[in-house]
Amino acid sequence: MQPVQDEDCVLRLEDVTKVYSGIVAVRHANLALRRGAVNVLVGENGAGKSTLMRIIAGVEKPSLGRILLDGKEVEFHSPADAQRHGIGMVFQELNLFGNLSVAENIFATREVTRGLRGIDHRAQIDKANHFLDRLDAGIDAETLVEDLPIGQQQLVEIAKAISLDTRILILDEPTSALSAAEVDVLFKVIRELKAQGVAIVYISHRLEELMRIGDYITVLRDGQITGHAMIRDIDTKWIVRSMIGSDAKDFAKSVDHRLGKEVFRAEDICLPRRIGGLAVDHMGISVRAGEVLGIYGLMGAGRSEFFECVIGQHPHSTGRVHVGGVDVSACDTSDRIQEGLALIPEDRQREGLVQALSIASNLTLASLERFLRLRFHIVGEKERAAIKAAIRDLSIKAPNPDFEVTSMSGGNQQKVVIGKALMTRPKVLLMDEPSRGIDVGAKADVFRTMRRLAGEGLAILFSTSDLEEVMALSDRIAVMSNGRLVTVIDRTDATEEMIVKASAEGHKTTREHA
Amino acid sequence: MTTATTTSTTAEASNGSLLLTLMKLRTFIALFAVIAFFSVFAPNFLSTANLILMSKHVALNAFLAMGMTFVIITGGIDLSVGSIVGLCGMVAGGLILNGIDLQFGYTIYFNVFEVCLITLAVGIVIGAINGLLITKLNVAPFIATLGTLYVARGFALLSSDGQTFPNLVGKPELSTTGFAFLGSGRLLGLPVSIWMLIVVALAAAYVAKCTPIGRHIFAVGGNERAARMSGIRVDRVKMFVYMFSGFCAAIVGLVISSELMASHPATGNSFELNAIAAAVLGGTSMSGGRGTIGGTIIGAFVIGILSDGLVMMGISSFWQMVIKGIVIIVAVVVDQAQRRLQQQVTLMQLAKKG
Repeated sequence: MQPVQDEDCVLRLEDVTKVYSGIVAVRHANLALRRGAVNVLVGENGAGKSTLMRIIAGVEKPSLGRILLDGKEVEFHSPADAQRHGIGMVFQELNLFGNLSVAENIFATREVTRGLRGIDHRAQIDKANHFLDRLDAGIDAETLVEDLPIGQQQLVEIAKAISLDTRILILDEPTSALSAAEVDVLFKVIRELKAQGVAIVYISHRLEELMRIGDYITVLRDGQITGHAMIRDIDTKWIVRSMIGSDAKDFAKSVDHRLGKEVFRAEDICLPRRIGGLAVDHMGISVRAGEVLGIYGLMGAGRSEFFECVIGQHPHSTGRVHVGGVDVSACDTSDRIQEGLALIPEDRQREGLVQALSIASNLTLASLERFLRLRFHIVGEKERAAIKAAIRDLSIKAPNPDFEVTSMSGGNQQKVVIGKALMTRPKVLLMDEPSRGIDVGAKADVFRTMRRLAGEGLAILFSTSDLEEVMALSDRIAVMSNGRLVTVIDRTDATEEMIVKASAEGHKTTREHA
Repeated sequence: MTTATTTSTTAEASNGSLLLTLMKLRTFIALFAVIAFFSVFAPNFLSTANLILMSKHVALNAFLAMGMTFVIITGGIDLSVGSIVGLCGMVAGGLILNGIDLQFGYTIYFNVFEVCLITLAVGIVIGAINGLLITKLNVAPFIATLGTLYVARGFALLSSDGQTFPNLVGKPELSTTGFAFLGSGRLLGLPVSIWMLIVVALAAAYVAKCTPIGRHIFAVGGNERAARMSGIRVDRVKMFVYMFSGFCAAIVGLVISSELMASHPATGNSFELNAIAAAVLGGTSMSGGRGTIGGTIIGAFVIGILSDGLVMMGISSFWQMVIKGIVIIVAVVVDQAQRRLQQQVTLMQLAKKG
């Protein structure tokens, strides 16, 4: 990539690399942000977009490389540091204090004070209302943030960033919770800011949005920048090509095998959302033995929630779940696992692993009863033999199974989570974003394992927001949007356009409250 | 995690590992340091009589600390153990001395064995109440056990109106004699309470290492959400640890009143703090997920030997408190340093691999 040398460039990253324990998130990235323009950043989940932006916003420090602001090298030690340099960021996950009012949130850490007489609440509220009006948000600055629906919280977050008087504004998937009307308002504000010379970084998965608002586009893949262009020179095909790459991922070949009887059926699963509405909206689906069902959907489509309902983590959910003909709706998670369900959760660190335990203990955590004598004594040899077998079968690169699980790379940690689920000898495997945050090689291993398991007669449901993955791995494709099952298509009939269109379905009709 | 070992191939990494190994063995090192120090500076420190006496002191704290260790590993805390000690002592004393008055002229007396069982049951029930508050009513462990601390102490004082139950010798015709055996009896030259400690400690260590419930205790403390997702019944695990803690406290209540042959309602005041200190000194992490029974026992010995040794040297009890506090703080600081170093070493090894 050619470093951009024109004077429009306000901030430049040179050769930036960021390494977390176990994974290289960004590899030698060169990026130039231009003032008075919308700089679009796209890439699949885990491509490193968010990490790159967190580096610019001062949340993370790069492991290698330098940051140039107006041609001078700078180093940000904290987000406050970056803010002083005029960099504001709206994070993908909202960073608001639910227990404080909108005005207090907007002015957090830089309260309007009247000397010794404390915070000038009146002035804060007036100023906050001014910013909110600009967004046509219809939000009162005195309301508590936690009382607002998620879409309006997003607008508060944006108002906060605008109020900072930033020169560089980073928006990380700002529209993921907005309605179409709100998106229009946001775009209007973005154009205004652009006219004022603000450099805007815009991250989104919605390609049609990018085409509408973007000026320059940068594509990331597996932590590397793979494409850079002016939006007017390119089309969505180019974006998809750069995102996925010509060196198509190593998807294991589908093994031909006959599908068995139906082993999994979910009927009418509903999960209420805390702020009203349904996170999972009358979802029903059935899967046969040996079948791989891919569930595609955007962020917040309700895939994870659906899986959690199926495994019994939501006591408030309604509906019925059958596994191998047995109705498990009344069982808790432990019994459902006994009946042959297993879940590989999306968030490996928060839900999959016990970090303080060894690789070995993590592997056998869900299946200890297999190694018992007299119902309470764990037979060491049996356990060790099973652990050895799992490490071999899943090609986990573990130097020593007694090491802590965090000593391994992300991909190997993911394999441990998969191994833990498989050791319960499931009939139905639920995999929530099984390829998230792991490197290419580990992905290939995971996909191969999925194929093998399906060949052995396991029913697999996996969720993904990766088009190519869902097309390559599934026997059937289900598309979820806004909690609802939009469509189920046979892989042979499915096209990428159909899937993308269906995944936006739920956002058009409802959301009148947002 | 004192027994874990690291292997490293490169020379410069072995420097870090040596330091790491030293840090991992810090509780042992502390134990040998206090023993060595006092054998030089405290007269008669190494005499058999003194060692046995000290062990008896240590045993009381060690029981509580074992129960506390499990609780802390699950990410909780049990402040009520001191009060349970007091209440259980009163229950045992009251049953031996007065029996249960049935209001219509009859009084039931239990033999010593039954008294012990009832007392243990009382401890377990209070633990179960703690557990129910924490699991079913979602009260934070700190608050729930703070509440039971007051309630149990209150009942202990109410049971005798604040008086001591003296002279628990019992009457032969009621078969309530022999209570002294727990506190001052000996088997093969060792006090009974030491034998009990050995049995309970071995059982606890076995549970921690070789049973599903033990594994689940660590998993719940390490990552409760992941534990739930793996099908572990988190509530049952928590119930178990608080009940076990109550059981350990009841044992201590029995042993103390048996040693003194009297029950005083204020017994066990602030014992919970010593128990927490021993657990932390033994490498139990207050954030949960890490700890060993062996480490806790050693921790209890360090604290016990420290306070007895300082007494023997004639150091003022005020200074003893200062020294004890410093030792605990240093232990935790070293613990944190070790974890950081460990992380660095693993990251380095990871980076070298590519």
